[in-house]
Formats: sequence, structure tokens, C-alpha cells
Amino acid sequence: MAMTIPEAKRNWTGKINSVTIGAGSEDGGTRTSVITVGGATSLPFYHFEGEFPHRPVVAMEVWDVPAEEWPEVVQEPFADVMGDPGAWAQKCVEEHGADLIALRLQGCDPSGADRSPEEAAKAARAVLEAVGVPLVVWGCGNVDKDNDVFPAVAEALSGENCLLGTITEDNYKTLTALGTAYGHKLIAESPVDINIAKQVNILALDAGYPMENLVMYPSTGALGYGIEYVYSIMERSRIAALQGDKAMALPILCDLGVQVWKAKEARASADELPGWGDVAARGPMWEAATAYTYLVAGADVLVMRHPQAVRATRKAIERLMGEGGQS
Amino acid sequence: MPKKLTGIEVYKLLPKTNCGDCNFPTCMAFAMQVAAKKAALEQCPHVSEEAQAALGEAQAPPMRTVQLGSGDTALTIGGETVLFRHEEKFHHPPGVAIRISDSLSDEEIAQRLEEVRNLRFERVGDELQVDLVAVHCDSGDGDRYAQVVSKVKDGADLPLVLQCPDPARLSGALKAAGQRPLLWAADRENWEQMAELSLKHEAPLAVRGDSLEALVDLTGKLKEKGLQDMIIDAGDGQFVERLTRLVKVRRLALQKEFRPLGYPAIAFTTGGSPLEEAAEAIAYVCKYAGVVVMENTAPEAVLSVLTARQNVYTDPQKPNAIEAKLYEVGEVGPESPVLLTTNFALTYFTVAGEVENSRVGAYIVVADTEGLGVLNAYADDKLTAERIVKTVKEQGALDKVNHNKLVIPGLAAMLRMEIQEESGWEVVIGPEDAARIPHFLRNEWRPA
Repeated sequence: MAMTIPEAKRNWTGKINSVTIGAGSEDGGTRTSVITVGGATSLPFYHFEGEFPHRPVVAMEVWDVPAEEWPEVVQEPFADVMGDPGAWAQKCVEEHGADLIALRLQGCDPSGADRSPEEAAKAARAVLEAVGVPLVVWGCGNVDKDNDVFPAVAEALSGENCLLGTITEDNYKTLTALGTAYGHKLIAESPVDINIAKQVNILALDAGYPMENLVMYPSTGALGYGIEYVYSIMERSRIAALQGDKAMALPILCDLGVQVWKAKEARASADELPGWGDVAARGPMWEAATAYTYLVAGADVLVMRHPQAVRATRKAIERLMGEGGQS
Repeated sequence: MPKKLTGIEVYKLLPKTNCGDCNFPTCMAFAMQVAAKKAALEQCPHVSEEAQAALGEAQAPPMRTVQLGSGDTALTIGGETVLFRHEEKFHHPPGVAIRISDSLSDEEIAQRLEEVRNLRFERVGDELQVDLVAVHCDSGDGDRYAQVVSKVKDGADLPLVLQCPDPARLSGALKAAGQRPLLWAADRENWEQMAELSLKHEAPLAVRGDSLEALVDLTGKLKEKGLQDMIIDAGDGQFVERLTRLVKVRRLALQKEFRPLGYPAIAFTTGGSPLEEAAEAIAYVCKYAGVVVMENTAPEAVLSVLTARQNVYTDPQKPNAIEAKLYEVGEVGPESPVLLTTNFALTYFTVAGEVENSRVGAYIVVADTEGLGVLNAYADDKLTAERIVKTVKEQGALDKVNHNKLVIPGLAAMLRMEIQEESGWEVVIGPEDAARIPHFLRNEWRPA
């Protein structure tokens, strides 16, 4: 007696936007490779019911100044290149397979090195010239300073179709204007709040900047530190997008490194946490495990630091994108 | 597939006496609750046997709840009601198992058991640990298998997964396996003998097949034999194939209420390095395994999987609160700073983590804000000057130090004057962002 099994597939009406980062020579840029993310028509890796034309990608984080506050375990792989953003970026691409470079202009922080817009632009050019992959560029996080710095940086990277960030509910006018003027994509940030996430996208549109050029950044928590809040916001926004909400149909970026490497699980020595494993293995594991969790929730761009975590995450993506998802 | 009954259809099967013995005012009111699966039919003491039979099937929850093992270490899995945690919550965290092969030497087994026993971690007030051991019959030798099962049962004191599809060898090991081990697994060849063992020993039975059709065929036949506690195996495919099967089984069980797949699932990883295996195990924890079996005992790998489980199975509707009391972080003394925060767990653990990073020991006064963070608590009048002063006094924080400075969160800066006037303490405004706490404690805060 054969029993008929009901259909497991769901019919989604929506689709995640495809967003391309980087411009090759035919598009007026200098990138030797460009990256497209998004385009999914179902929940992450549900190959049996949807299309996934673009795999999730890993951007490796590079600073314009030496990243002295990074824990030893994650500074060590870059010890010879810190302070030289171009060489640092090159190492990430050539030795560690970074799909993109995420330059963080930490040196501009007024409570740190307080570097000038010109110095920031110079660092951005140095990274651009050192690698062929597309760039993500983050400000230092100080809103006023970032608004001073980004005009010079956006101009220095003109026509390269970089991903700049971030715009927020309270601060989106400068970057949306710069993105339009110099041909860049933007990161829309929200503080673990799905309504604000949508609002930022709409505000950008009202300011004349199309949502199709945005990547959504719903904030990022490390594994063990509130990751479930972001996880559920990502699932909810992905479901809303697939059900046809165009203001939620953006690829999602997770900025892992900053949060993960603050967690004690990634930092504390085996003496401090007996039985929890050596920190040289535990640190990269914590970053990779955070990435794995976000992949299942719908991450499209993962910004990461440690080479081992990056390699493992790329491997996991390959396996999740692999053939054989039909059974 | 049993049809879902409406309130009217349920009503027709009830005595229609409105006696109220079910604690609902009328039979109709009760029928509506039964149809919505908010009340169980057994609450009506007068329901007829025919009605029981007609309703029983339709009224059962869409996924069975299964207990593995017994006593203090028993593990309950399944009984899930939603596909996404935000829809309600996930109910029963999946068991994490470590696999031990009977082809290892006695020394190797002893060492692996030692590793399993050490996989215990305390994180944010919870004990995280491995829940099961899967004993795999690789040796092909029934006596050896029984011997290893006995060793593992004694050495780990956890429920077992008996990974031995040969009924004869499995039978020999069952005596030493404790109560309610999971028998792995029934397939199209061995299912009748496995069913007998499962029934005789009251042990749940895993079911494996190379397709959903094969699984449905088996669970149907086993059910006819009287089995109820079954577990669906995610199969032998690649990582993404196992994940796909877990998703399909969960969807069919919950969205289509397809009973033949309405059981919890077990997923074995395909192994690999700790970093590779953690990727699989975490994906299976998120979607939608009831048991995840791992090979690696590297503590960082197991810890990351257990933490992912802890996070994803947190009840999203419940404010995540910790006990409101005085906490000491790092080495404290009379000159240590006294910080105030709320009892929203995430706020507290973020603050405590940054205090640890600063390497400046501190007292943290945790005020009861009913699980709200600083801004929400302030907006809801759960973090007021009056309440702060009372809390600091009750917890005796400033009695432990030789100063009278209280550091309040930067986001509660507006309360500073009021607290100061009410208490006479010096109130210092701390950082708005916890990430700045190390800088603040090292460079800005001074006891005198």
C-alpha cells in the first residue's frame, strides 16, 4: 500500500535582489573580479524549491592602521602587514582566498588616531591598487567624522562600484548622495530591529537612492551573545521578502569580526577557561561557528578576520551550495 | 493523512449535555478548543469510544515527543510545533551525541569516555554538556559490541544510541544499555526484527531509508506493529542532502500534518575536521534535528555546537532575565568600581564580558527591570532613580568599597541628578556602548 506524500515545496512569490559589487574595465572600473550576491528564490540552501544563482561570499577585514586591539590569535596571521593596508589586503586575497576586502577606516576615529579624510582616501586607494577584488569600506563608526571622511573616500574610489557603509535611520543623506555621485553600493544598518531595517531602506529610496543598490546589515551578534535575535530578524526579513515585500528583498551582510573577537570564547586563554580548548583553535572556531549560524539564517556577505575561519566558512558554503540537495 | 476536524465536527462526536465536567461551559466551547488543539479530548470524561477513535488521530500533535534514556539524564526530543523560532519557540533542544566505535582499543575507548565526561561547560548560567553517546558496531562481533556498550554505559552515564542495524548483535548488547536507548536503525531488510526488539525493550527505534517514500513505508508498517516512538534518520547523503531531508520531514510533519513523518529526526555528521564538522552540526541544530551525532571531541567544536543550540532554543517570547543581585567580576577590593546595569541577560553578559576584558575587577549591581534593557526599562519606568537607590542599598554594593561612586549606564544619564539628590552618592555616567567599558575603567574611572 503506497501512501501519497504531500508536496513539501512552498511557492514563494518574491525574490532577493541581485547586487553586484565591483566594476571591471568594461564598466569603467579596475576590478579583475566582481561579486554578485542575492538572487535567491527560497530560504537558504533549499535547493529543492528555489534558485540560488549566487553563493554567499566572505570579505576579509583590513584596517588603515595596525589593529592593535585585536586579540593576539587574530593579529598574528597579519603581523607582517599591519600598518600597510595594501599589503594586508593582498595577503588576504592571495593567501587566504578573500572574495572581497572590507577596509575599516578605524584610524579616522577621533578618540584614536583621528586621521584626516585625505589619509583615509589614500589608504582606500592603496587597497584598491593592491588587489583586484571588489571593496567594502566601513567608516570608523563616529557619525560626524564619517560624514567628513566619506566624500574624499567615495571620490577616490569613483566608478569602482564599492560597497560603502553604513547608512542608518538618522544618517543617510551624505552617503546616499555620494553613492549616487560616484557609483557605489551602500550598506543599510539597523539596530537589531526589523521595522527600522525596513525604514532605512525606504528612507534611502526617498532620498533618491534605489533599494536595489543596498545591502542590509541588521547588526551582528557573536555566537553566545544574542545571535538568536539577529538570527530571527534575518529569517523574518527573508520570509517577508520571499512573500513579496520588496523593501525587505535585500541581500544581508553580517559583520562578524568586531563582535566575535570581543567574546571571551574567542579571546581567553586555556588557563582562564580550563577544558574549553586552546585559544588558537577556539578563536577561529568561534568566528566560523558564528558564520555557520548566520549562513543558515540567510547571510549573503560575511565580513571576517581569521584565515582559518575564512577557509572553513568558504568550505561550508561550497558544501551547502553543492549538488545533491534534491533528495 | 487524517483530516483536520472543525469545531462542529468535533461537537457532533461529543455527548452534547453541556455538563461542564471538562471545565468548559458548553460542549460547543470545548469542541472549539479541541479543534484548535488547545484542549485534549480526554478532558471530557463522558466521551464515547467511537468518538475517541475518530478524534484520536486527528487530535494528536503533529510531531511526536520521544524520551531517550531514563532518570536524571533522560532526554526529551520532538514535540515541535513551528518551523521558525519567531513563530512561537522551539521546545526541546536536540541531543548532542558523541560517537564511539567498538573497533577502538579498550584504552582508546577509555580515553574517549574521559573526553566525553569533560565536555561540560558553564555559559551564562547554564550547564552545557553532551547528552548521549552513540556506540557504533564496526567490529562485526556481537560479543565485543555488548562489551563496549557496557563499558560506555558505565563510563559515561548517559543515554545511548545503539548504532547497530544487525538485530542479533543488537539484541546481545541491549541488556547492558540501560533503559530506553535509541535503536539504530530499522530499514527495509531488518524492520520486523528491529520492531520486536523495540517493543520488547521499550526502546525508541530509528528508521532509515534512501527516500522519503521508503521512510513513510517503514513508519507505516512499524506503526501497524504497535510502535509509537520512532525517530527519522536524515540519511547517508552529503551535508546539504541531509539538511534537505530534515527540512522536508519537518515541513511535511507540521505544515501538512503528515503523520507518517511526524517524528523527531536524527542526523549524523559526515565527520571531517572539528571546523568542518561544526558547520554541519550547527546547521542540523538550527534545522531541524532532534539528535545530532558528532565524531570530534575537540572542546571548542562541541562548545560551539552546544552554544548554537542554547541560543536558537531560547524562548523568543520570554524576556531573558538573570537574577537581580550583586555580582563580582574579576578581582575586587575596596577600591573597585561599582557599576549598575539591568537584569536583561544580554545586557548583563555584555557588560560583564567587557569588564572582564578590561582586567579591572568590578562590582556590578543588577537591578530588576523584568528582563528589559536600559532604554526600554527607562521608558517603562522599570529603571527609576528611586529603584536604583533602593537596589544599590539592598545589595550593599557601596558597603564593600571605600568610596561612594556609582557608575550608571550612559543610556541612563538623565537619572544622574535625581539619584545623586536622593542618595548623596557621587553618580558617574558610564559609556553608552559597552564596548567602551575597558577604556572607561582603565583610563577614566578613579576611586577617589
